[in-house]
Amino acid sequence: MSYYIDEYDVAVIGAGHAGVEAALASARLGAKTALFTISLDCIANMPCNPSIGGTAKGHLVREIDALGGEMGKAADKCYIQSRMLNRGKGPAVHSLRVQADRVKYHNHMKHICESQPNLDVKQAEVTEVRTENGRVSSIVTRLGGEYRVKAAIIATGTYLKGVIHVGEVSYESGPDATLPANYLSESLRSLGIEIRRFKTGTPSRVHKRSINFDALEKQDGDEDIQPFSFETDRYSMKNQVSCYVAYTNEETHKVIRDNIGRSPIYSGRINAIGPRYCPSIEDKIMRFADRERHQLFIEPMGLDTDEYYLQGMSSSLPEDVQIAFLHTIKGLEQVEIMRNAYAIEYDCCNPLDLKHTLEFKKVKGLYGAGQFNGTSGYEEAAAQGLVAGINAARGVQGLEEITLPRSSSYIGTLIDDLVIKGCSDPYRMMTSRSEYRLLLRQDNADERLTPLGHEIGLISDERYAAFLEKQEQIKAEIHRMKKTTVSPSAELNAMLEEKGTAPIATGVRYADLIRRPQISYDDLAPFDPERKPLSYEVREQVGLKIEYDGYIARQLMEVEHVQKLEEKKLPVDFDYNNIKGLSLEATEKLNRIQPGNIGQASRISGVSPADVSVLIIWLSQQK
Amino acid sequence: MSTIAAISTPVGTGGISVIRISGENSLKIAGEIFEPVSTRLAPEEMEGYTCAYGKIVSDGEYYDDCVLTVFKSPRSYTGENIAEISCHGGIFVTESILQLIYSKGAVPAGPGEFTKRAFLNGKTDLIRAEAVMDVISAQGKASSRCAAALRQGALFTRINAVSVKLIHLLGEIGAWVDYPEEDIPEVDSGAMLETLGTAAQELEMILSTYDCGKIIREGVDTAIVGKPNVGKSTLMNLLSGCERSIVTDIAGTTRDIVEESVRLGDIVLRLSDTAGIRATEDVVESFGVKKAGEKIETAELILAVFDNSAALTPEDIEIADKCAGKNAVAVINKTDREPALDTDYIESRFSRTVYISAVKGEGLQQLQEVLTDLFKTDSIDYNAGVLANERQRSCVRNSLNALRESMDAIKQGYTLDAVNIIIDEAENYLLELTGEKASEAVVNEVFSHFCVGK
Repeated sequence: MSYYIDEYDVAVIGAGHAGVEAALASARLGAKTALFTISLDCIANMPCNPSIGGTAKGHLVREIDALGGEMGKAADKCYIQSRMLNRGKGPAVHSLRVQADRVKYHNHMKHICESQPNLDVKQAEVTEVRTENGRVSSIVTRLGGEYRVKAAIIATGTYLKGVIHVGEVSYESGPDATLPANYLSESLRSLGIEIRRFKTGTPSRVHKRSINFDALEKQDGDEDIQPFSFETDRYSMKNQVSCYVAYTNEETHKVIRDNIGRSPIYSGRINAIGPRYCPSIEDKIMRFADRERHQLFIEPMGLDTDEYYLQGMSSSLPEDVQIAFLHTIKGLEQVEIMRNAYAIEYDCCNPLDLKHTLEFKKVKGLYGAGQFNGTSGYEEAAAQGLVAGINAARGVQGLEEITLPRSSSYIGTLIDDLVIKGCSDPYRMMTSRSEYRLLLRQDNADERLTPLGHEIGLISDERYAAFLEKQEQIKAEIHRMKKTTVSPSAELNAMLEEKGTAPIATGVRYADLIRRPQISYDDLAPFDPERKPLSYEVREQVGLKIEYDGYIARQLMEVEHVQKLEEKKLPVDFDYNNIKGLSLEATEKLNRIQPGNIGQASRISGVSPADVSVLIIWLSQQK
Repeated sequence: MSTIAAISTPVGTGGISVIRISGENSLKIAGEIFEPVSTRLAPEEMEGYTCAYGKIVSDGEYYDDCVLTVFKSPRSYTGENIAEISCHGGIFVTESILQLIYSKGAVPAGPGEFTKRAFLNGKTDLIRAEAVMDVISAQGKASSRCAAALRQGALFTRINAVSVKLIHLLGEIGAWVDYPEEDIPEVDSGAMLETLGTAAQELEMILSTYDCGKIIREGVDTAIVGKPNVGKSTLMNLLSGCERSIVTDIAGTTRDIVEESVRLGDIVLRLSDTAGIRATEDVVESFGVKKAGEKIETAELILAVFDNSAALTPEDIEIADKCAGKNAVAVINKTDREPALDTDYIESRFSRTVYISAVKGEGLQQLQEVLTDLFKTDSIDYNAGVLANERQRSCVRNSLNALRESMDAIKQGYTLDAVNIIIDEAENYLLELTGEKASEAVVNEVFSHFCVGK
């Protein structure tokens, strides 16, 4: 039994990091949007690590910001410690990571959603998605309330049929002691969507007063903090907390080995697939038996709490074993657990059922985002939420949906990996996953995505003007560096030799010196009287673009080559058995995945170069 | 787009061979190796649809007389600038010129690549596309057959060893970069240079021992198959002119594949004498039989031997079935004995049948004629083996170049991220041989070898 309540353009089911971005984007683009959550107190909750960013994930946050999403701004408002990781390994892999105040982040995001025109936030469990003629038509809540909608975005995280495991005990639950969503899976299945079972885990939270900080290594944030968002003033930021490092030891490992039979995974009670990149401590010890110690990070959960998070110690062993192994760690001998570690199993879809727009191929107007799509991580979730939100709104408005090529962004790479290659365990973004690493730097996300963000309407004219101004300055300064000559002088040559590079005998262009890896743009300031004062962001781009010129050009050539293949569109809903000459494996994969173009087809494993040639020739016959 | 080159005529004994070069640099490359006799125009200055007579010369070394035809973009088959060199047929000369062209910067054309480009540039019509699709599909099968053969080879094993080493290095870099907060050992440039240096050295060695002449001399990969004691080894000995296999009257005495290259007229056959196809419980021999089965799948030419003096057996029928659709010649041996074989059946299953007496040395001339005929009709995709090898060689060379560049970049002091993408490139060239991509292989390596995660 159900009763009509209201109608919306777009319903977002789930208000985690994916749902929030989806709902905000959709509402900001003018679609009347409703955001449903099982608990209003869990909007944008961080049920695991109280941190945003990290390798490749920091790139994602910058890209979300560049496209007009919220995560970067919220992180800048709620961070309590900030570090740029991988300094010294090259600009392409610099990654910003912050500790965030978990409760403040939730409150902040909740209020952003509440104050957003066009967006209604509702506490309700959605149990059913209804369709008419293969199109989403309404959603129904547990209480029977029906909302007529034109599009729905599933962003259910780990709530969907969530089951928590701690040792021999397991019970139905969402993350952080919330209610699970037990009904929606069945409704989705009846729409022809494949439902799979993944699992993930989280470590325990402990009380500050029970930690012996004197026995731990301290880790502080950066002096010069860089923000995530283009709109944040970098000079207003400062660190407020420290993190700490501790190590497991042989005794810790022994406790775990002795009790491994009590793990729900090792005893076979969980069959769901866990992430390879985020192993539990018992996994690490069993799989890497030769390691004498494992590192863990002790991180504050916020400014108004004494809870600390133990990064690296995720576990599904029984509570008594958790206490026992933590007590073997130097600095944690007396540690008091406030929330125990657990593993959680949940339902998710197979992303091969999705298009690059994140809409399901089989159900018009139905989108998936976040952990529900088989990923893991707040940033991966937010990135997908943003894309799904944009496309749901544009779909409803009859506008062309957007897709991001791999060469444009980590977001595009993430989605392409998901919908073309699929994932067999929860997918985490890594810099190694992008073949265009040198182009997709976190420092140039605005250059790559802000024009699109402005075009679709998520970036304000004011910000866009500032962006254009920055680009103009970069261009002009690079031009000046490439044209202007600097004459040799004793001071300049002394500097060059001091930096370990050859002195000059005749005049050379500034750019020729910047191209030397030892010399930065800023190093030449004293020898460049014409130089105008420029912002850090502009100076950084000028230096990078000149120094990495050759490498960037090389990657751009590769992009151009792939682009040609991406322009060759393949038909939708096509039976590849109709093309003779394809290998059996290719036919099967192409039928399942239904790639949109030749470029995508060529990335499917099992589709050989000969198969690609057959596809290209076949396409030419269809004209 | 790169400039591609390939021999466009069937490789073999034809009077003239045509080498086609297509792409932006095709005329420039032609200019570097072609010396016109009567005109002073360099290929780049020639009009489209014109030819010039001249010589192929490089570094003072003369290769051949030839005619160079120039097609200018967009008026060419591919829509790009094309240079076509018509030279004098022989495999060795043509291959040498092709090598020379590669050394000037062209890369081997993939199966159907000229047509693919023609399509990309809007040049193909429907009928031609249809025909070419069949060819590509066939070549795809041939080259996968070839790849299977290569995988068994020593060369592949060596290349693969380098590839594994690079993947390991990339995995170390990946883990170190993607997990900066974990206890991952730092990848220092000294160790990197050492690994890259060893890999480059190994690739150099592979290239130096792997000249084209050798491939040509290696000839047509030929398998002699038949049930035990049908006379395979005797035939092989007859062809090679010396005793290689152990020949006795006891069925099953050839335990392993014995290989030998022989010249039969113009054609070089690389012979494999396989253990007879027969259900066997003898472990050693069954290993040989298994290999024989594989050999049928990968060989470019099959000589299927049958015993004229014995009635047709299920094993014979099985062999005939396995040869279906392949380049196979039925060789009916022991014509010196009382005939008992259903030769009509054999002739109905094979397009070519030859009668011989290997013991008496009769029928060799006839076999040679059949093979020459088969070769001239070009139904053997002789090119596939060479091409695949050539692609392999080109992959190795490209990989080596990238490795050298990456070492230069390290020495110049470039950061890891820039160095990393060139090592990726080096690895991708090697992985092309197995159709993988570096980024996936590296991610897998990170997870299987490093203990990382929050």
